[in-house]
Amino acid sequence: MNIWMLLGIIAMIFLVIFQIAKASEYVGVLKGEKKSREQSNKINAFLMIVFLVLGLAGAWWCNEVLAPETLFAQGSASKEGEQIDFMFMLTLLATGIIFLATQICLFVFSYMYQEKEGRKAFYLPHNNKLEIIWTIVPAIVLSVLVVIGLRHWFKITGDPPENAMVVEITGQQFGWTYRYPGPDGELGKKSYKLINIQNNGLGQDWKDKANADDVSPSKMYLIKDKPVKLVIGSKDVIHDVGLPHFRLKMDAVPGIPTTLWFTPKWTTKEMQIKLNKPDFEYEIVCDQLCGASHYAMRGIIEVVTQQEYDVAMAKLKPNYYAAFPDKDPAASQPAAKADTTAPKTVAMVTKR
Amino acid sequence: METTLNMPGTVALPDVHHGEEHEHHHHHESFISKYIFSQDHKTISKQFLITGIIWAIIGGLFSVLFRLQLGYPDSTFPWLEDILGRWAPGGKLSAEFYYALVTMHGTVLVFFVLTAGLSGTFSNLLIPLQIGARDMASPLLNMLSYWFFFAAGVVMLSSLFIQTGPFSGGWTAYPPLSALHDASPGSKLGVDLWITSMALFVVSSLLGGLNYIVTVLNMRTKGMTMTRLPLTIWAFFFTAVLGVLSFPVLFSGFILLLFDRNLGTSFYLSDIFIQSTERALPNEGGSAILYQHLFWFLGHPEVYIILLPAMGMASEILSTNSRKPIFGYMAMIGSLFAITILAFLVWAHHMFVTGLNPFLGAVFVLLTLLIAVPSAIKVFNWLTTLWRGNIRFTPAMLFAIGFVSLFISGGLTGIFLGNSALDIHLHDTYFVIAHFHIVMGVASFFGMYAGVYHWFPKMFGRQLNNTLGYVHFWGTIVCAYCIFWPMHYEGLSGMPRRYYDFSQWKTFNQFGELNKFITIVSILSFALQILFVFNFFYSIFKGRKLQTKNPWNSNTLEWTTPINAGHGNWPGEIPEVHRWAYDYGKDGVDHIPQTVPVGAHESKDH
Ligand code: HEM
Ligand SMILES: [Cu+2]
Ligand SMILES: [Cu+2]
Repeated sequence: MNIWMLLGIIAMIFLVIFQIAKASEYVGVLKGEKKSREQSNKINAFLMIVFLVLGLAGAWWCNEVLAPETLFAQGSASKEGEQIDFMFMLTLLATGIIFLATQICLFVFSYMYQEKEGRKAFYLPHNNKLEIIWTIVPAIVLSVLVVIGLRHWFKITGDPPENAMVVEITGQQFGWTYRYPGPDGELGKKSYKLINIQNNGLGQDWKDKANADDVSPSKMYLIKDKPVKLVIGSKDVIHDVGLPHFRLKMDAVPGIPTTLWFTPKWTTKEMQIKLNKPDFEYEIVCDQLCGASHYAMRGIIEVVTQQEYDVAMAKLKPNYYAAFPDKDPAASQPAAKADTTAPKTVAMVTKR
Repeated sequence: METTLNMPGTVALPDVHHGEEHEHHHHHESFISKYIFSQDHKTISKQFLITGIIWAIIGGLFSVLFRLQLGYPDSTFPWLEDILGRWAPGGKLSAEFYYALVTMHGTVLVFFVLTAGLSGTFSNLLIPLQIGARDMASPLLNMLSYWFFFAAGVVMLSSLFIQTGPFSGGWTAYPPLSALHDASPGSKLGVDLWITSMALFVVSSLLGGLNYIVTVLNMRTKGMTMTRLPLTIWAFFFTAVLGVLSFPVLFSGFILLLFDRNLGTSFYLSDIFIQSTERALPNEGGSAILYQHLFWFLGHPEVYIILLPAMGMASEILSTNSRKPIFGYMAMIGSLFAITILAFLVWAHHMFVTGLNPFLGAVFVLLTLLIAVPSAIKVFNWLTTLWRGNIRFTPAMLFAIGFVSLFISGGLTGIFLGNSALDIHLHDTYFVIAHFHIVMGVASFFGMYAGVYHWFPKMFGRQLNNTLGYVHFWGTIVCAYCIFWPMHYEGLSGMPRRYYDFSQWKTFNQFGELNKFITIVSILSFALQILFVFNFFYSIFKGRKLQTKNPWNSNTLEWTTPINAGHGNWPGEIPEVHRWAYDYGKDGVDHIPQTVPVGAHESKDH
């Protein structure tokens, strides 16, 4: 019922506006074409200035209210992101000047040169000097932005520092799986054909010894000030590892692994104190539409100190033991169980 | 006060409908051949416009529905269930249907409204009229172009009513999501219908585009050299070139997608394990990224296909209503040309974070920022056109000025996005949404409105109501900025596009109130557009009748045809052209139509 009332009201308002508009047309005819045009011209010219002034004031106010809400107010949580923030500010400065200059010209000219009795338009078809200037100046400004941008682009898309740790992150509908290489420092081989959703979600190849100690925590643990290289993959459709606090993102594409590296600056705890938000968490945001629950594809990064990291890692059980519970030294189960699990994995693959 | 040189070409010719000159064009017209299967470019243009308006209402309505979800994620609207049934259980849109609405909104607005509705309408109306031709090179193909578009619409509409729902993978339709039936309900029959519809649409565009190109090149009247063409025609010409060269690539991309979906090929697929069916797929060796290259090879030119007609019309309208020549005519053509070339060389700026080779990425950064230069030239030239003019604020002029303002605002944010290192942060956030809605969506809509207000008298022989036009303009520009300006800030927080609900995210939930505000304004803005639609249809039948042939004192040829010209446009001979289209205010003369020969004492300037 509510909606119909609302629609009714809107229809009424329309009717009123329409009647006024119609009436003003008749009045215009009575007053004479010229006279009524002069009148509406004056009003519209005046509104140009009103719009400019209110618009700029509005933009300023919008900035006052919203800028503190953006992540820029917090500063970049990665070292590499600092340069991105700097580039943003620089680009904002350059475009801001052009924005103000052109918008002011646009609306002020419109106001100043409104039709007036006796005014003659200035016949000015072209002016080569002016045109050359405003071709070259933007070209130079843009070149500067390109050079600064590309230097950073090559840095962050280049090789990570030697001491970087490696974390694998795999997307699927609708969640993230992380994998750490374990003490041997090597991620074991995997294949999508070996995936078994009961106990081998990543399709790790158990014949590869490097897999024996790989672990998959439920959060991504990173170490403060230690560069990390993410090896990114997807099991099904394209996802995207979005890291807004760190100013980075990279697609997760099935069949084509991608990488991304950065250096976290602040631990999660430090951020909680800094922002005075005890429940602060670094969130991993899926940035590529991947299906109905795309909006809920959330991951957590916890940035910790080296010590905390070592403690957290020591608590984790290798994925291998999930696939072969009987081999788990912590559990005391009969050995026969292993035989039932291993063939099951194979069966999964051959099942068509 | 106003001085017009009245020369042979502008003298009113008797409005005989069946002049001997074009007897062969049509002998007797039935209702069907006159209004439905018409081959008259003017009628076809009206068909494109009205169909475009209907699609704009539908596409706009979709956005109102999904904005309701974004603004009020915790509320339920029982009437939603009444109209949408199981897509809105309990009065709340389902996530699946939300994505279907987003996808349909994008597809409909980009292709049906701003491509067909814009360039279909005005290329059709203005190319023959402004170059001095009786019709398009092939009126038959022209008519088919409309009917293929119509068929595309029917297929798209039908996908709304199928069991598994319309396609829901975004207007860019990236595989594997769009390729795998089991990846989402919308990826079942919905995609096949979507692709079929788009394929029909591509055919429509090609038929139209080839016709426009041939007509402009071959059918100009005597004296109408290429450098005397109004900028509208140059813009439509380059638009058609863009479409003809890039749509086939999209088409091939879609066909491969169709094969992957239904014939078991692996162009885009490799290494896939589907969670919902617990199945590893046999496809190997394909590349999901290949599709993105094919898509954006059209996708980027497409944004200029949408923008160039608006640029051309804004140029024409700004000049006419400033009573001044367009500033830097040759530079305007040059920049249109540069944009056309560069538009083919920047597509991968949509793919900076796909794992693209960084060196390749760098090349695309350079070319992308290069395209900002001709854009800047155009802006400066429009501003100089206004400078020291004698400006008449017709509704068309207001929309043209609004177009420039929006183009500046949205174009500048492109400079942020074009720099790959910055785009890593901004890609797929609301910053991108703000960028392209302002620069393409709203700006081109403004160009289109400017065109409708300016050429309505030519189309229907009547005037739109001015007061409603003013309300429409001022209301819409305020709403547009209120909706899209704050979105930049959301984007700067990394707030992703295509999210159904943000409330569980710690990083984004501070924008709840803002999202509500944006939703309210967008509903208001939708209502304003309905006001325009009302004005449009009302004025077709009841608008003030046009008193003179040339209501805006314009120089171009379309205003030398009779009010309500018949098929063939000019009852007598096609007028000859003696000068460019922009002699406004020359030697103190208010305007000198193109049909007026150069006088003995005229100054040489230009
Ligand atoms: C100044 C020149 C411009 C530059 C440098 C520029 C740059 C870009 C870049 C780099 C992107 C990709 C952003 C991302 O997805 O992360 C983008 C997106 C987009 N731009 Fe522009 N742009 C410019 C002007 C335009 C114009 C004139 C239009 C349309 C008329 C336009 C329409 C679009 C659209 C539709 C998208 C988004 C497509 C999507 O992802 O759905 N841009 N622009
Ligand atoms: Cu996703
Ligand atoms: Cu682009």
